[in-house]
Amino acid sequence: MTFEWQAAWEAVPSLLRGLVTALQAAALGYLIALVLGLVFALLRRSPQRWIRLPVAFFVEFVRSTPLLVQLFFLFFVLPTVGIELSAMATGAIGLGVHYATYTSEVYRAGIDGVPAGQWEAAKALSLSRGRTWTRVVLPQAVPRVVPALGNYAIALFKDTPQLTVITVAEVLSVVKAVGAQSFRYLELITVAGVLYLITALVIAWPVRVLERRYRRESA
Amino acid sequence: MTALITFDRVGKRFGNAVVLDDLSFGVRAGERVTLIGPSGSGKTTILRMLMTLTRPDDGTITLAGEPLFHERRGDTLVPAGERHLRAMRRHTTMVFQQYNLFPNMRVLRNVTEAPVHVLGLPPEQAEERARELLGMVGLAGKLDAYPSQLSGGQQQRVAIARALAMRPDVLLLDEVTSALDPELAAEVLDVLRDVARTFDVTMLCVTHAMKFARDVSDRVLMFNEGRIIESAPPGELFDAPTQERTKRFLRSVIDES
Ligand SMILES: Nc1ncnc2c1ncn2[C@@H]1O[C@H](COP(=O)(O)OP(=O)(O)O)[C@@H](O)[C@H]1O
Ligand SMILES: [Mg+2]
Repeated sequence: MTFEWQAAWEAVPSLLRGLVTALQAAALGYLIALVLGLVFALLRRSPQRWIRLPVAFFVEFVRSTPLLVQLFFLFFVLPTVGIELSAMATGAIGLGVHYATYTSEVYRAGIDGVPAGQWEAAKALSLSRGRTWTRVVLPQAVPRVVPALGNYAIALFKDTPQLTVITVAEVLSVVKAVGAQSFRYLELITVAGVLYLITALVIAWPVRVLERRYRRESA
Repeated sequence: MTALITFDRVGKRFGNAVVLDDLSFGVRAGERVTLIGPSGSGKTTILRMLMTLTRPDDGTITLAGEPLFHERRGDTLVPAGERHLRAMRRHTTMVFQQYNLFPNMRVLRNVTEAPVHVLGLPPEQAEERARELLGMVGLAGKLDAYPSQLSGGQQQRVAIARALAMRPDVLLLDEVTSALDPELAAEVLDVLRDVARTFDVTMLCVTHAMKFARDVSDRVLMFNEGRIIESAPPGELFDAPTQERTKRFLRSVIDES
């Protein structure tokens, strides 16, 4: 089997469309992961047990089960209870919730890293709980976990091929669809691999920059 | 004379360790009280209780005529909820050994944050007051600095200004110079002498700086193993202690400095 440059070249436009779809799902999912992860982290520190424990259980459960199974669940079970979402929305939610369980641990580490003296100083000044969180604790906790959060952006992107099982037209779906007609799998997968590589490097670049900036600041 | 603060048979344990044992004492409004005693004798625990950072296991603490950790429900006293603690907390503020400035805020903002958002002062007014206080502690030129750009002594002076900006009835000072080199400690103690002269705030002060204690305090309490073993005006307690344990403690502090 020879590598046909012509076939590789012809596959680029459709694969690029797949890449755009994958990036959309990843960006949306990542946004959900960033916000929901913080919500999970805060709820797990609630003084109320009936809030803290169910959230802890949910987070552990989602983190310990495969993303693929969760995607199936969302895609096939939600419609049976009357929730109809597009494949893209389902994929973004699936990725977002799954990665929120990871980011919540990251946030948690960041929050634990804020010295007890900061909470005590806030109390000594009678700052409200909300003010203490938003003006004292989170502004110190979040910057130091930015690099760790950034790494999950790359990991999440690399999980987008799993969305093929719920019919999101991302890169792997394009490979399968085009390959079913042309059988030029070697070329298709090679080009797809190159696209993944370039994208991952492009995402990694700002993550590195952030990592260096925040490492210098915390030193 | 009525007391602003009363400890009535207060007990505190951490696990099996008895930290405060059936402790009773009072502090009058405007009084300056210094707490001395060996490490682990419970001094910090007392300040932390007044700041509502730790709860007592037994007894009652009264502040400004109200139980600190209890609230009246009908005729009975029940353990206080967060709302009561929040209201009571407003009487008091505390300066810590490790300064605990907010590193993400500039100096001025450290001092205005609580006056604006807790006392509800208009920002301009809070800022003017903060400038005054920071001037008084000798940091008028550092308003825009971040805490990490200041020396330990400067940070502690900001912390004192930040505490005073809350117009507290009670100011708690827990070994505020223990983390500082002698020279920087002296600057901070000078500021505190100023504070004692200028404000009529009630002060409870844990310190090993005996000269300072002698200058500012009305009364010194000597702690040992969670009890007050001697209580007297500084002249008396330092020059003519009656307890053997006090004499030994004072000798050790003097040797050290
Ligand atoms: N959070 C805590 N958990 C367990 N033990 C504590 C805690 N805080 C204080 N202690 C113990 O209580 C005792 C009194 O401590 P503290 O009030 O800090 O004494 P001091 O300030 O006089 O040195 C010490 O033996 C200390 O180890
Ligand atoms: Mg102490």
